[in-house]
Amino acid sequence: MTTTPTALAGAFSDQELARIRADFPILGRTVREDRSLVYLDSGATSQKPYAVLDAERAWYTRLNAAPHRGAHALSEEGTEAYEAARATIARFIGAAADEVVFTKNATESLNLAAYAFSNAPSGGGGGAGHRFLLRPGDEIVVSEMEHHANLIPWQELSRRTGATLKWLPVTDTGRLDLSDLDRIVTERTKVVAIVHASNVLGTINPVATIAARAHAVGALVVLDACQSVPHLPIDVAGLDVDLVAFSGHKMLGPMGIGVLWGRRELLAEMPVFLTGGSMIETVTMERATYAPAPQKFEAGVPNAAQAIGLAAACDYLTDLGMGRVAAHEHALTALLLDGLHARAWTRVVGPDDLQDRGGAVSFVVDGVHAHDVGQILDDHGVAVRVGHHCAWPLHRRFGVAATTRASLAPYNTPEEIATFFAVLDRVPDIFGVTH
Amino acid sequence: MDLYQELILEHAKRPQGAGLREPFAAQAHHVNPTCGDEVTLRVALDDGRVSDVSYDALGCSISVASASMLTDLVTGEAVATTREKYAAVRAMLTSKGADRGDEDVIGDAVALAGVARYPARVKCALLPWMALADALAQTGIDL
Repeated sequence: MTTTPTALAGAFSDQELARIRADFPILGRTVREDRSLVYLDSGATSQKPYAVLDAERAWYTRLNAAPHRGAHALSEEGTEAYEAARATIARFIGAAADEVVFTKNATESLNLAAYAFSNAPSGGGGGAGHRFLLRPGDEIVVSEMEHHANLIPWQELSRRTGATLKWLPVTDTGRLDLSDLDRIVTERTKVVAIVHASNVLGTINPVATIAARAHAVGALVVLDACQSVPHLPIDVAGLDVDLVAFSGHKMLGPMGIGVLWGRRELLAEMPVFLTGGSMIETVTMERATYAPAPQKFEAGVPNAAQAIGLAAACDYLTDLGMGRVAAHEHALTALLLDGLHARAWTRVVGPDDLQDRGGAVSFVVDGVHAHDVGQILDDHGVAVRVGHHCAWPLHRRFGVAATTRASLAPYNTPEEIATFFAVLDRVPDIFGVTH
Repeated sequence: MDLYQELILEHAKRPQGAGLREPFAAQAHHVNPTCGDEVTLRVALDDGRVSDVSYDALGCSISVASASMLTDLVTGEAVATTREKYAAVRAMLTSKGADRGDEDVIGDAVALAGVARYPARVKCALLPWMALADALAQTGIDL
């Protein structure tokens, strides 16, 4: 397999990549007996540039105080920095600052959304909450390609409310099968929770088509954007969805910070989930009224350093240019798909083409378990994800117990893809599989 | 490569005593939730001995090889001997590489010693052994 890196249309140049990689200290380390690290697991969590690490450190060395509590100088400056971070992240996704709710991660964001429906009957949140009311006979729609984080909260919601859980199936080529969309999303549907870009298949779903149907029947649309916000230019307001969840740590930001975006009027109506300090307006021994969104969803002292780190990650990505990031990863995805297609002993699980496709590329090696494939790669310093990637029903749908997944970030290089394939080519021999 | 000893690859390619057989005294199904590996394992008992171990293992080479080695080691053995082998394999696999295993006690399973240095893979190798312990526990035998 030969690659000509400079000829890759849209990819960062060698010089640009060298500069980017120098910003990520971990990429300089070695693993497993002095092998250079080839990190192809950014779909699980991305690495962090100095800008993010420095921003977090600066919070603790200069600003550390509980935001939105107290009136001393540090608290004021800390609150200002925390809210400035919210504004930066909002700009990054085309939102207004008060439409960005900080959470721990996308999993918490999605649980926040699911619990809003559970909590609607009690009227919690100060809003009317009508759009979040769920009764037996109502329906929740997800898809067969959901990450467990966008499946189990809805299974549990269905169990708590008596609403029925339905799902959109996946085709053999790894696309959503929308042929029965109108029969699956019906007048009884109250919420459609769908992934934007699959963490396994790489598929980018036709959100507009699904949202149009959902809104026609009065359902809310919740989008799991974990694998799209880090990799594509995203304008949440233009997506025509109601709630968007994503994690900071997959987009060069720190662990421990995530976002739930919602339109101002919807967040105003949305019942609260976690309750406690700083999410209130007034409190008596009997009851409490709540602060306006986003504060009413942010009980307890927030992960302020992480929020500021995430804002630094957004600035870093903005400097790279999300269009360039997308083009770079698209070019590397093409290398991955071409390389796998050239090896008849592998099979891609997901779309074979580059149309509406992100940079998560999962595959199986005939006759070799994914754990074994991953182990050989790991022994040569190549980090990939193996297993069901928290999408067990999807793997079952494709009749495989596990896949090997390579996933990309702006710092990956064509040379790393070549190394990945050079090691992969050893796998059949090691396990005595003849092709 | 330390991990993939020839013995492991041999057992994985030609697992000894594979398949589920009758009669059996108890059956256990164990899953490794991180990778979806599964093993269904049956034990038959006769006069204080493990007269048969049969299994269906769907997983990586380490878990399949471990199930195959287990069958070789335990089939026909007295319960006390089975307990000794179980303890020895478990000790080796959870030793982080310090315990290389005694071939006189655990036979081919010494080839799994390298697994102990890969924490993510220890569960793969232990999977059939945990299923064995579970199946025997159902018959009132604690390993």
